[in-house]
Amino acid sequence: MSFVPEVLWTDALIWLLVFACTFFALHVVRTPVLRSSWHTVLERPMGMASLVVLGVFVVIGLADSLHYRTRLDNGQLDVEVKSILDRALVQLKQHTERTYSAPLATHAQARETIEKPNGGQAREKPRLQFGGAHLADPEKEWTGDVLIRMASGLSYGLIASIGFVCLLTLTLNAFWRCGISHAFSRLWRPQDKDPAWRSLMLSSFLLLLVSGIIFSLADGYHVLGTDKVGQDVLFQTMKSIRTGLVIGTLTTLVTLPVAIGLGLLAGYFRGWIDDVIQYVYTTLNSIPWVLLVAAAVLIVQVFIEQNESSFSSVAQRADVRLLALCVIIGLTGWTGLARLLRAETLKLRELDYVTAARAFGVSGPRILLRHILPNVQHLILISIVMDFSGLVLAEAILSYVGVGVDPVMNSWGNMINAARLELAREPVVWWPLVAAFSLMFALVLAANLFADVVRDAFDPRAAGSSGANS
Amino acid sequence: MSLLKVENLSVRIAGVTPVDDVSFSINAGEAFALLGESGCGKSMTALALMRLLPSGGRIASGGVGFDGAALGTLPESQMRSLRGSGMAMIFQEPQTSLNPVITIGEQIAEALPAQMPGGEQKAEVIKLLQEVGIKNPESRMHSYPFELSGGQKQRVMIAQALAGRPKLLIADEPTTALDVTLQAQILQLIKRLAKERGMALLLITHDLGVARYMADRVGIMYAGQLVETLPVDPDNGLEGAFHPYTRKLMAALPSLDRAGQRLAAIPGRVPSLNQKFSGCRFADRCAHVFAPCAETPPAWNSLDQGHAVRCHLAGQPDSQVEPEVAPALKVIAPSEENVLSVRGLCVTYTQRTGQLFGKKSIRAVDGISFELSAGETLALVGESGCGKTTAAKAILGLNPISDGNVELDGQRVSQLSERQFKPFRRLAQIVFQDPYSSLNPRMRIGEILLEGMNSLKVGGGAGRSQAVAELLEKVGLDPSAMTRYPHEFSGGQRQRIAIARALAVQPKLLICDEPTSALDVSVQAQILNLLADLQREEGLAMLFITHNLAAVGYLAHRVAVMKEGKIIETGTTRDILTRPEHPYTKGLLASVV
Repeated sequence: MSFVPEVLWTDALIWLLVFACTFFALHVVRTPVLRSSWHTVLERPMGMASLVVLGVFVVIGLADSLHYRTRLDNGQLDVEVKSILDRALVQLKQHTERTYSAPLATHAQARETIEKPNGGQAREKPRLQFGGAHLADPEKEWTGDVLIRMASGLSYGLIASIGFVCLLTLTLNAFWRCGISHAFSRLWRPQDKDPAWRSLMLSSFLLLLVSGIIFSLADGYHVLGTDKVGQDVLFQTMKSIRTGLVIGTLTTLVTLPVAIGLGLLAGYFRGWIDDVIQYVYTTLNSIPWVLLVAAAVLIVQVFIEQNESSFSSVAQRADVRLLALCVIIGLTGWTGLARLLRAETLKLRELDYVTAARAFGVSGPRILLRHILPNVQHLILISIVMDFSGLVLAEAILSYVGVGVDPVMNSWGNMINAARLELAREPVVWWPLVAAFSLMFALVLAANLFADVVRDAFDPRAAGSSGANS
Repeated sequence: MSLLKVENLSVRIAGVTPVDDVSFSINAGEAFALLGESGCGKSMTALALMRLLPSGGRIASGGVGFDGAALGTLPESQMRSLRGSGMAMIFQEPQTSLNPVITIGEQIAEALPAQMPGGEQKAEVIKLLQEVGIKNPESRMHSYPFELSGGQKQRVMIAQALAGRPKLLIADEPTTALDVTLQAQILQLIKRLAKERGMALLLITHDLGVARYMADRVGIMYAGQLVETLPVDPDNGLEGAFHPYTRKLMAALPSLDRAGQRLAAIPGRVPSLNQKFSGCRFADRCAHVFAPCAETPPAWNSLDQGHAVRCHLAGQPDSQVEPEVAPALKVIAPSEENVLSVRGLCVTYTQRTGQLFGKKSIRAVDGISFELSAGETLALVGESGCGKTTAAKAILGLNPISDGNVELDGQRVSQLSERQFKPFRRLAQIVFQDPYSSLNPRMRIGEILLEGMNSLKVGGGAGRSQAVAELLEKVGLDPSAMTRYPHEFSGGQRQRIAIARALAVQPKLLICDEPTSALDVSVQAQILNLLADLQREEGLAMLFITHNLAAVGYLAHRVAVMKEGKIIETGTTRDILTRPEHPYTKGLLASVV
């Protein structure tokens, strides 16, 4: 069975972003000032730990951004677009039940009328097709089985952690060249100016333990239950990670050029240019944001429906809608950063080094590029990192309102939207909401903590001594 | 019986010891000045006395006795009542030291004793305002800080400090942010109030003149230590000083008498304070260094009554410090070649009045004219806001000119567009006041120096990096500085870089906008020497904008005095400084302490 890679729009942009980040990282390594700032981020235990959590999310998101289609036996392409993540979690994906079931349950949540072999009918909770199907007598065996699986999961996690520490020691030893045992002790008692290795190991250890347990349980159960159509909720939340990351990062790509361009132009040239740009963003700001986004999304939706035929698959259609959402949020959300940059540029343009450049006859655009832009870099970086979590939450809000991503696309917002009805059921179906909420919480919290550390490292006012009075 | 007794005070903050083993005492009613350059620990000493050290700072050893109480062991509640009623402080920056949203009357009343009834409080506030020379105190007490001028704000701060009837007034650079004439008024006010109230005064300053004018005794600080204390002689001021550092400081002061001489600059820089010192801290910059200086820290040597010095030289039997001699320089007369001629220059600003579409125009520069030849220095003197910087920027084509004519090197450059002006840009360059904001922190020194050459196409591509190295050597820096960033340099070094940047395009006219007023005395001497050298070597015409009359006397050939956008008096430097005609110039000269 062969397969054909399928590159969706957002895939292309995400991998472009990955390449851009790699180049930026190389640039950072070569520039001493930037390198020392990023180094302080890594020195802080909080920075390192949040980076590890973010890293896991990014790896899952990237695995979900490599799409392909299989060639069917009859020579035609499968209509379904799959990703590497789908392939890795194929078991979770295919083990669907008929409808709701609670986490780790062996029976469905609701009673059904079942035909007995002897011809009679009974109202009872049917056994699940996959969840706990290996148990002969769930009542008796369930607790023992779950405990055994958890224990084995813990031991897998432990083994993986030991492997990770060994790998880390070997890698760092190659850098330090101080002997394996010495490198190992240095990991635990970092020297001055070492990255926070201990926090790296602790956070990876915890993550490996948790994932060990989850995957060992997921082999026989639905760890986070199933949803209305019987899909595994764990699988859905993992698929939602990509949606959140795409919204959080691609939107910034749209925002940045607009915000930087307009902010710098308004602040530097002032006069009528400043007036026009200010009018535009005050107008944008005076329209309720959700309303503006809703209107734009509805227009795009109509457009997509009219051109239904040009999309070869459902995934493609959902993807274009996701991209459109990013563009819309980006085009309506640049005002904050633009305003910040305008204010900073107004301040910088009066500084003597800008006057000196003008006295040399350096042209306006060149002054912006050489003198202003490098000096607002830290503001841009800080606001990217801080906006990220806000955008992930914005996706949830918009999907909840019904103008977010395509309903067929997995996203935390869609899951929360569905929870509106689920919470009204009796007995209550709480697990999809809790699952979506906890993963989103983990991502947003990690991003916020990371943003804090980045701000501390890059904000000259917070650093104080490094810039002004040396 | 001394009012304040500081014994072996040491302050530690973040691994640094900014104040190390400082001892002095102040008697009731006495004025004592702590004198030193920036970073010597004088402000930190004052903050330690008030127990107001910044977070992370603590008194590591030693003690402070005030009025019979040991301040180190006093609980914070008693310390709080002591601040204000025992000792009060005036800060440098009147703009940020008053709360902008509370009326000045309320702010002064806040410092009055809490149990005072309301009516009495009001009367007291009015009395205080009257005392510090604010007119119409009854109505003025309801003003907000933004309605007052800088000098008035400083007066209000003094009133606030006096409200608690302190026995000791600590003034931390009280006039550094003010103009010369205001400085004289405020200093007189502080002196009079201290005498009237029998208050002791601890003055923190970097200005030798201020210290001499105000204090009965002066303590000189260097690198966290007190190195000399001496009484101020009514006739000779500080001439009796012994320590080589103090003498160098005095010799580094520019003045009219020193014109045409090289100023005594102190080589090297202040050692960083995060190290352990084995010998004298001044040893590696001292001209009189001898054997024990490097190994043993000098002990206090008593010379005369009240004059003590921390120097090994004083312990020598026949110690005699010869006067600092300044080598005379060859004086080169300015040439006849006219570089700059300004005729009736006007610069007008339009300002919104607050009404819809309401605008009014303000004449920042109002018809000034002068000429400048190659090799000549013209000083443009005036107080802040008189339009001198605006005029300079207009000459450089950085501000629009509303009227008048500017000729650079015989070519008319006024009323040109940005593009038309570009060919003339290399004729005139500028050096700014603040060495910190004048260099882009994200550019290497080499890039900074190349910027002008690249933009104005000076020199060939290959020769440029050679030219950068030569420029750095010319201003006394190592060519390896090229690959470093501005934050790695001190204020004086940055000012050298700024000068090198201006010289990179080989201008004929160099405009120096207060090039030394942000620098310490010893560094100022280095920069003034450099400017004088450059003028001799390159035949530069210099427009020297300043409010520092002493520097004018040292450097300038001619002086133009500006007031409210107009030049009110011009003449040769000697004439203006010794026989001023205009009453404003006379007032300006009389204000110099």
